[in-house]
Amino acid sequence: MIIYNSPALVPLLLLATAISIPVLAIKKTKLAYPLAVGASLFSVILSSYNIFRVWKSGPLTYHFGGWIPPIGIEYVLDPLSAFIALVINIVAFFVLWHASGVQEREIPGKSVPYYSLVLLFLCGANGIIMTGDLFNLYVFLEIFSLAGYGLIGIGEKQAPVAAFRYLIMGTVGASFYLLGLGFLYIVTGSLNMADIKNILPLIDSNPAVEAALSLMVIGIGIKMAIFPLHGWLPDAYTYAPSTTSSLIAPIGTKVAAYAIIRLLFFVFDVKFVSRTLPITDLIAWLAAIGILYGSVMAMAQKEMKRMLAYSSVAQIGYIGLGIGMANPLGFIGAVLHILNHAFMKGTLFLVAANLRKNSGHSDISRLDASYRKKLPWSMAAFTLAALSMIGLPPTAGFFSKWYLALGAIDRGNWVFLAVILVSSLLNAVYFFRILEKVYLVPPPAPKAGEDLSPKAKKRRGSLIGEEEYGLMIPCVILSFSLLLLGLGNANIVKGIIQRIIPLGM
Amino acid sequence: MTDFFLGHYAYFGIITLLIIGLYGMIFKKNLAKKLIGMTIFQVSIIMFYVASAVKWSGTVPVLDPLAGAADAAKYISPLQHCLMLTAIVVGVATSGVAFSLLIAIYRHYKTLDESVLMDRMKSS
Repeated sequence: MIIYNSPALVPLLLLATAISIPVLAIKKTKLAYPLAVGASLFSVILSSYNIFRVWKSGPLTYHFGGWIPPIGIEYVLDPLSAFIALVINIVAFFVLWHASGVQEREIPGKSVPYYSLVLLFLCGANGIIMTGDLFNLYVFLEIFSLAGYGLIGIGEKQAPVAAFRYLIMGTVGASFYLLGLGFLYIVTGSLNMADIKNILPLIDSNPAVEAALSLMVIGIGIKMAIFPLHGWLPDAYTYAPSTTSSLIAPIGTKVAAYAIIRLLFFVFDVKFVSRTLPITDLIAWLAAIGILYGSVMAMAQKEMKRMLAYSSVAQIGYIGLGIGMANPLGFIGAVLHILNHAFMKGTLFLVAANLRKNSGHSDISRLDASYRKKLPWSMAAFTLAALSMIGLPPTAGFFSKWYLALGAIDRGNWVFLAVILVSSLLNAVYFFRILEKVYLVPPPAPKAGEDLSPKAKKRRGSLIGEEEYGLMIPCVILSFSLLLLGLGNANIVKGIIQRIIPLGM
Repeated sequence: MTDFFLGHYAYFGIITLLIIGLYGMIFKKNLAKKLIGMTIFQVSIIMFYVASAVKWSGTVPVLDPLAGAADAAKYISPLQHCLMLTAIVVGVATSGVAFSLLIAIYRHYKTLDESVLMDRMKSS
């Protein structure tokens, strides 16, 4: 039965739809959108089925072409990969649902290539998450990144420049990964993750293995935008079309973070990683600097998408901090924050898209109370997501920070604890700045003799129109699920994340 | 000492290529030259894999009854070449995307020089 091959079905389904969209929709461009949403919905269903199977009967594997690993390529679905795959597919589905309202306005007439690229991007992301083969991971990393460059470059006038810069840095990252993989292959003679994990303890301290580890971590670190390697991120998120930034911000960096977790803790052993090279310490300290840097830079921004981009740098720092602490509580915090940040950033970027669609701009200085009256639901979603970013209980953001703080205490590192607390305050500063404008600052009074018809208002750039359901509902569902995730976080941690804490932590 | 250099001459060539590529990407101001640097960088890594597959007195990995069919030591390892075929394809795709981005940049700003580009991006 085909359903027993379900681990391989998600990326294959997305890939097949991505290829068939340009063929099927060549005459009827309207077909592209329903095809993309359908494929995305189907991938959500398949990944929920996968996680159900994994939860019931343990890890699933799928061998491509029937070749037994380590010779063949295998897909592995353990609780970690099934969980992350489900998270990103759900967020991608809501972003695609929302895309119907904004995509055609921002990039008219390009829906066929655009949705095809979106599905390629998702195929790459799912592939990175599920694959059990390190070279296959490189190939999916490149599929994912190349689709990402296209998705960013299709945007505003400055977007190609940002995309080109991302392309150069991203390719250097992928090449570093490939170089490291070469070292690892020369030493171990295998590409299969589980196989390498078994071989590595037999090799005494070998500089090639250490070089391989550092090169691979730096390479994926560029894609993850961990602190000093984040240079491509702010421009790319700002100039990309709204749908792209709300797709790449929650998914792109999370997938790379997942790849680093997989590499550090499931390929190289935890003990090896922390004993021979202080790479986890390095990641943790860089992440701590990145948290503060991103938060301070976010406070200085005048444009909402740019502010959210810098806030992403800070939030990736939390994930890096959890990975770098390399203890069970930090690991729980990091994985939980991958989930929470995907939902929070998704909501925030979708609301920024709604603002741009309704008023033509997303400048923070021009916001006032009229926006709340015109977009009550979007603003409510924004408020909830902002509170979750700050980390107020019972929203989801509180709990991942809680676990990270517990991890820092457990490690006895008070600097990390101070960084987590201070950055929450900084988050509060830059989000309350917006909330204050939206809820308290009265709109400027119309001047005498001003034309108040909707057409003239649109020309002036002030707000017109009501909320559209297609734009509002995905934001509201995503943001209210933050409350659900917060209240149900004990179940998530007990049911899923505690099962996947790597041995030896 | 000379043995070390002579025995690893391929790797020294590859390191030189890698550094030329990095230099091009970091210090050249023209975006097209940055792209050339990136391609050299990718090629150096492909060469690294190919060099790692070399075996003195090894032959092409096609089963040859004269060379002894079951003796793996007589054949060059084919896996690295297969991997690099994939990596070359990825590299071609990357250059394709990069060229199309460069064309888009040139259409908007009529320049590929980074400093001029920054000025025009600010003024627009």
